[in-house]
Amino acid sequence: MSGASSWSFREEDAARIGVLLNSLLREANARTALLVDRTGQMLATVGEAPRFDPVAFASLTAADFSANDQLARMLGENEFAALFHQGDKDSLYLADVARRVILVVLFDNRTTLGLVKLRVRGVVAALSTLFTEMFAREALGERRVETGFVGEAEDEIDKLFRN
Amino acid sequence: MSLINYASREINCKLVYYGPGLGGKTTNLEYIYEKVAPASKGKMISLATETERTLFFDFLPVDLGTIRGFKTRFHLYTVPGQVYYNASRKLILKGVDGVIFVGDSQVERMEANIESMQNLYDNMTQHGLDLTRLPFVIQYNKRDLPNAAPLAQLQEALNPGWPVEDPVRQRATPDPNRPEEMLVQEIDGMWLERVPYFEAVALRGDGVFDTLRAISKLVLKTLG
Repeated sequence: MSGASSWSFREEDAARIGVLLNSLLREANARTALLVDRTGQMLATVGEAPRFDPVAFASLTAADFSANDQLARMLGENEFAALFHQGDKDSLYLADVARRVILVVLFDNRTTLGLVKLRVRGVVAALSTLFTEMFAREALGERRVETGFVGEAEDEIDKLFRN
Repeated sequence: MSLINYASREINCKLVYYGPGLGGKTTNLEYIYEKVAPASKGKMISLATETERTLFFDFLPVDLGTIRGFKTRFHLYTVPGQVYYNASRKLILKGVDGVIFVGDSQVERMEANIESMQNLYDNMTQHGLDLTRLPFVIQYNKRDLPNAAPLAQLQEALNPGWPVEDPVRQRATPDPNRPEEMLVQEIDGMWLERVPYFEAVALRGDGVFDTLRAISKLVLKTLG
């Protein structure tokens, strides 16, 4: 058992993910792909810039997935590996990646759920390999923030968090 | 766990307000939302029942600004306090970087406080997290009420101290917020550590930012 650990997301990770997600969007004819971690933080956004608040979106996505995970267990399932939310114009398809990250695909009536599902399946396997590598790297120990960061952040806290 | 995103140059930390129902967790967030400069806060989300009791969580992102090239943000969450919402409560603790326990000072709520604290330990353990090794502070809310229990009694029940096993940390450490009191001290041959605590009247904002400043700084230290 341990305290919280941090993990990092490097530029080269973002570049590899960008390639995978861009090709997903092209092949599925979807609008936007987002990666959200299970604690509710946005990792990456590819495609059309979302018109919603991404921070709030990430927090609600993680909560949605977690709640559905518990529902799955009540049914005796290990998980619901994917979720689908249907709207009049825009719909969301969410899929689990390596139990740590959620891939969200935003699409409209220019494509079909079937095609999105099919393309997501392929990309989830590639993303899972990538994230598993990233987490293994963290377990070996990673560089943290640079010296001086904590001091400056503390000054900002004193300025911002006051009556 | 805090996430350092080198690609988008962002650092996000998750803080969770925990405690018994109607203890003032949402009130803490509402006060922070009201007082923090508009440019520094995001949208506050409350998943609540129609009677405004927290059903799943409240969420408020607060930006510290860009520090050494990194946009630094705290994600503040509350959990639903009512006993029967434990499944939701447990979910919110996932990936937590720092915990604020909001205790209700009223004598009548002592048992609810103790039960909630025990529930916090249990839920953290189920996530593989050890509360004694994470940034953790306690806020005793509603100090203005006539039926508020004495601080000593609350401390004894909710913050009695846990044994310090690590010899390096077995040294008398004063509480930076109360120089006359100790966070780590030897009592009857045993080293004990208590967590920092704050008195509050969250409805009028007393102690709200003192608590938030303390937990934020403790979390940042874990990044350095």
